Amino acid sequence: MFFLIGCLFTCIMLKANTIEVCSSCTIKSIKEGVSKSSDFDTLLIKKGTYKEFNIIIDKPLTVIGKSFPVVDGEDQGEIITIISDYVTIDGLFIINVGTSYTTDYAAIRVVRSKHFLIQNVVLEKLFFGIYLEKASEGKVFHNNIIGDAVEEFNSGNGIQLWHCKNVIVSQNIVQHVRDGIYLEFSDDIVIKNNISSNNVRYGLHFMFSNNDEYVNNTFDNNGSGVAVMFSKKIKMHNNTFKKNWGSSSFGLLLKEINDAEIIGNTFEENTTGISIEGSNRVRYEKNDLINNGWAIKVRGACYTNTFVNNNFLYNSFDISYNSKLNDNEFKNNYWSSYTGYDLDKNGIGDVPYRPVKLFSYIVNRTPETIVLLRSLFMDIIDFSEKVSPVFTPDNLTDANPLMRKFQ
Amino acid sequence: MFKILKYSFFDLIRSRWSYVYFLFYLALGFVLLFLNNDLSKAVITLMNVIIVLVPLIGTIFGVMYFYNSKEFTELLLAQPLKRSSIFLGQYLGVAGSLTMSLVFGLGIPFVLYGLFKSDAIWNFSLLLVTGTFLTLIFTALAFNIALAHENKIKGFGFAVLLWLFLAVIYDGLFLLSLIVFEEYPLDTFSLVATMFNPIDLSRTLILLKLDISALLGYTGAIFKQFFGTNYGLILSLVMLLLWTIFPIFSLIFKAKRKDF
Repeated sequence: MFFLIGCLFTCIMLKANTIEVCSSCTIKSIKEGVSKSSDFDTLLIKKGTYKEFNIIIDKPLTVIGKSFPVVDGEDQGEIITIISDYVTIDGLFIINVGTSYTTDYAAIRVVRSKHFLIQNVVLEKLFFGIYLEKASEGKVFHNNIIGDAVEEFNSGNGIQLWHCKNVIVSQNIVQHVRDGIYLEFSDDIVIKNNISSNNVRYGLHFMFSNNDEYVNNTFDNNGSGVAVMFSKKIKMHNNTFKKNWGSSSFGLLLKEINDAEIIGNTFEENTTGISIEGSNRVRYEKNDLINNGWAIKVRGACYTNTFVNNNFLYNSFDISYNSKLNDNEFKNNYWSSYTGYDLDKNGIGDVPYRPVKLFSYIVNRTPETIVLLRSLFMDIIDFSEKVSPVFTPDNLTDANPLMRKFQ
Repeated sequence: MFKILKYSFFDLIRSRWSYVYFLFYLALGFVLLFLNNDLSKAVITLMNVIIVLVPLIGTIFGVMYFYNSKEFTELLLAQPLKRSSIFLGQYLGVAGSLTMSLVFGLGIPFVLYGLFKSDAIWNFSLLLVTGTFLTLIFTALAFNIALAHENKIKGFGFAVLLWLFLAVIYDGLFLLSLIVFEEYPLDTFSLVATMFNPIDLSRTLILLKLDISALLGYTGAIFKQFFGTNYGLILSLVMLLLWTIFPIFSLIFKAKRKDF
């Protein structure tokens, strides 16, 4: 049976033709090309400018652009909509997607399709970039999306996944859009090696998406780095979050996240490195938190999280807590402001470290008091609190702080 | 006046303490830059030192010098000289030599580590300017205290108490009032309270220039709006200037009336 289907499939593939589209060919537009092709054909689009929008690809086609032909939507609306399985889009330069306040026009939209591949596409002047809607088993690879978003309300997202499954998003560059990559109700998605920078809102945004994984991405200078909300079992490995700097910015926001893994990431120069709210059983391991205002801000309802082997380097505040209750575990981390000693030379400090300063507790209570940052008085009361904790959670300690940076 | 200024100045320049002070800053500058080559980081660390140490040393040094040169002052008073020029000359001599130790002590290592090619130059200049102001202010306050108290122990006690008040206790009271009145809008209050303490004013000025203002959140935004603009900067500098001028005037005023 399988053999038969396989044979049938190859037979169809063998029948596939290549159709050329160019200004001097018999077929002059992409739309015409799509309508004149049959299943599993290849559309070869040659260099030139094609002023087209609402191109609907309703059969399995491979659309290849030769030396980046320009598809200009002239701000009319959506440009390419894919409603069939097995569609490949490769090497197009798509510009001028229409902006609308009622419809989410996208440069490329994939609707209820499987096995798609979108690669080497360049998008500029867009509203939404690549919009995957109830699509699955596909790949978005090596695209370059450069928007011109200034405000949140009239801009769209670079790559958006809505109700998707098993999609790989890799090696894309997304800049100057609202959310670089946005996931909603999408499970089993792999996001790796992307660079998302200078976006108005978030570099990467998760909503109600489970079992996803993002690895080796860089989130640089976004409104805020990554927001992960209402999701379960997310793996976050080896990403870099940096320069998310502003009065309400953060590197990573976790809200209602359970059973996640945050391993080997770097958080550098963010106002808040990681902001946590209502997140349980999250493992933080081997992360570097460098030069942040607040390295980790715990806002409440966070239980049984573990912080192991992280490096906290030169943050203004290492941890901020807003309650006296603590159910999270800190062990074997390196804290640059640790002043204890190690008499038995086993690499672990003999005195527990208290990461929550009294000042950070006070600032949480009355934000105005931050104006006393770096005042001598604050250093004195921090010291006295360190010696005998009264206000900060007294079980919030790293009992075995490392003496040297974890490598 | 300038003769007395010159005399006091060179007297101090020759004294051991000016050298110690100068060498301390020199060593501090070099060690900081040796430990991390980043000029702007070194500026932040230096700020912590400057806002605590400069006022303390200005106060102690001022009181000490005044009491030590008391006999010389009395000798001068017997001469046909204006009282204001005697005291002003001495004051400027002390403040000038302290400022010089500060500026050269910190300036030399930073210049050697390439300050002029770095963008930290403005922050560093601001640091030196506030350091200079703090020296001028606290030396003048110390002279006032010393002039008011014949008893050395009392004078020293008050001088140290003054430093303690402005460097530590004031912030404590400030914090307390912020917490007690947390229900009320406190932005204007914190701005004004900052203005009334030269140490807090210097700290805030430098902190906001060093771009950690994003840390400060909403309150920081208001502070940034105020201190970050030229208007705020000028107003703060004017405030520091007033802080310098008032003690000097009171010094002259008191000196004229004092019965030696």
